[in-house]
Amino acid sequence: MGKNLLQKVWESHRVRTLSTGQAQLFIGLHLVHEVTSPQAFDALRQRGWSVRYPQRTFATADHIVPTDSLARPFADSLAEEMMTALETNCREFGVTCFDLKDSRQGIVHVIGPELGLTQPGMTIACGDSHTSTHGAFGAIALGIGTSQVRDVLATQCLAIDPLKVRRIRVTGRLRSGSFAKDVILTIIRRLGVKGGVGYAYEYAGDAIDNMSMEERMTICNMSIEGGARVGYINPDETTFEYLKGRTYAPSNAPPNGLSNGASSGGDWEKAVSWWRSMASDPDASFDDDVEIVGGEIKPAVTWGINPGQSVGVDEAIPSPGDFEGGERTSIEEALSFMDFQPGKKISGTKIDVAFIGSCTNSRISDLRAAARVVEGRKVASDVRALVVPGSRDVAQVALSEGLDKIFSDAGFDWRGAGCSMCLAMNPDKLNDREICASSSNRNFKGRQGHPTGRTLLMSPAMVAAAAVAGEVVDVREFYDDE
Amino acid sequence: MSDTAASGHIEKRRQIEGRGIAVRGDDIDTDRIIPARFLRCVTFEGLGDHAFEDDRKAHPGGAHPFDRQEFQGARILVVNRNFGCGSSREHAPQSLSRWGIQAVVGESFAEIFFGNCIALGVPCLTLSSQDVARLQDAIEKDPSLQIVLDLEARTVIYREPSIYPEPSEGSERSVAAGLPDGAQQAFLAGTWDAAGLLMESPETIDRVAASLPYVSGWTR
Repeated sequence: MGKNLLQKVWESHRVRTLSTGQAQLFIGLHLVHEVTSPQAFDALRQRGWSVRYPQRTFATADHIVPTDSLARPFADSLAEEMMTALETNCREFGVTCFDLKDSRQGIVHVIGPELGLTQPGMTIACGDSHTSTHGAFGAIALGIGTSQVRDVLATQCLAIDPLKVRRIRVTGRLRSGSFAKDVILTIIRRLGVKGGVGYAYEYAGDAIDNMSMEERMTICNMSIEGGARVGYINPDETTFEYLKGRTYAPSNAPPNGLSNGASSGGDWEKAVSWWRSMASDPDASFDDDVEIVGGEIKPAVTWGINPGQSVGVDEAIPSPGDFEGGERTSIEEALSFMDFQPGKKISGTKIDVAFIGSCTNSRISDLRAAARVVEGRKVASDVRALVVPGSRDVAQVALSEGLDKIFSDAGFDWRGAGCSMCLAMNPDKLNDREICASSSNRNFKGRQGHPTGRTLLMSPAMVAAAAVAGEVVDVREFYDDE
Repeated sequence: MSDTAASGHIEKRRQIEGRGIAVRGDDIDTDRIIPARFLRCVTFEGLGDHAFEDDRKAHPGGAHPFDRQEFQGARILVVNRNFGCGSSREHAPQSLSRWGIQAVVGESFAEIFFGNCIALGVPCLTLSSQDVARLQDAIEKDPSLQIVLDLEARTVIYREPSIYPEPSEGSERSVAAGLPDGAQQAFLAGTWDAAGLLMESPETIDRVAASLPYVSGWTR
């Protein structure tokens, strides 16, 4: 019997089994940001510890970064304090930081892959639940809390319980207007927001195989919204093609500093060969198998207060009366918070704000898909719309393609890189009862910066269409015009 | 009082005892436990004041359990399904712990939240949905109800208030609870702060690192 990727990565990174029965895993890449790290660095200071593998630790600032002006000190003194703490900690502990003066700054889950830091077969940890994004490369990427950030800083290891693996095969081809975001929202709707507890999700099937790395990142990003600890996709030619030539990726040129050893030439071929060997074997076994028909996936929109509460754009908001027990209570609570009518179609729901951004959907292909919809059109007069590229690199590419101008001409605000209104730790926030069509990952109560603000999750193309129409609308109608 | 015994600098935790507080609802996410605006900080100090802040404001007149007088000083939080889903922010268990919560009992927990709680020494025990509902009812009927969590025996013990005539005349109820072996071990041995354990084997860490081609520089 062959092994799956999780088993291979687990075995190659296991330091030992702890007395608690948990595995002690070596962490190949530790990504750090300003929100979940200051207390961890303080703990190191208090205990007199150093960072064990500073060369495998990289930091950036994303959550609190203002997207309109980077002038220091920030207007928000708390944000300024966090930014200063990150800079001081990285300097003191010898950690590379892609700070606000660095052209490589951006959302940690956007820049890790962009720089080629994220590679197949690795273990990756970051004090952020959307670390699952990096699984798109065939890495086992774990979101952790601050105590564990401290552990990884101090030991480059994590104590972790074993995981089961559920393979989710998305078969066939997606239809026009359906994107990676719709695939993952459909998976979560079907398996539930707690369906993945205890599992790693392996995404497979033709629809996944045919996806670009950016689309795969969108899928893996939201694994956590389905309750899964990690999500991954087996590395293949698409993965290798993406990585080739990136700053920290292996190359046949002299080493760039990340690797400890001296290059003996032919590193790229050796890396590809090892990466390939880490993919799930054809006869690997799985603890569970699920199949989703790609051709049936519609553009999805959430109507509730968790990412499992979505419908196809042409479908109606469910009625609590059709459900029982806890599910019924949840739906009632969601409808009451959203102030939505059961049985009413989600399309036609008026929006106040359109947000294109976040670690889920802020990469160049996302911006291109949205720009294709807005080009030559105008944002509805009562809609506030903003585009927040995931990184400075994404922004740079978008500028070179003129996407910023397409968005600006349509009435979108073109902003600097960061997490922005996904969780509104920076100045970008909803007001009062505003409804936001958002390409982000969470529609929790109060998520976008106001306790009563409301979020409708959808793909970037759907957000763009909603911005233009002023209401939720099927993006496929826009393609028919072209 | 919680039955915690200190042996050397390692604190073992076998039993937690105290009054309960019920927060009902499935899928209560970490944004609701501690809204993101309170993450703008470089220490965890003061987070206890903001636990469930927006939910509390949405319950006018101090109707949220965390605001009700009779639940002040409660130590055991009783919740429903998939509690703590969403963000990995340790600020969530930190805010609960700093409010006074020493243990959580629920139908199920999101994994990162569960791990964050364990790392802080806050056990999360699971019960069936019926048993959770019964315990929540009991707490609401009698906020002074004393609950014992026996981590060694994995049981939740309390005197169930009877409907007539007085709560105190109820019968003792002991319910088997779920607690994974690893977490149980960590509390019984006092090793929930994993850093110490992880630091025990520096040579093995370096050996495993060196065996990974991406660490050793693709030399093999």
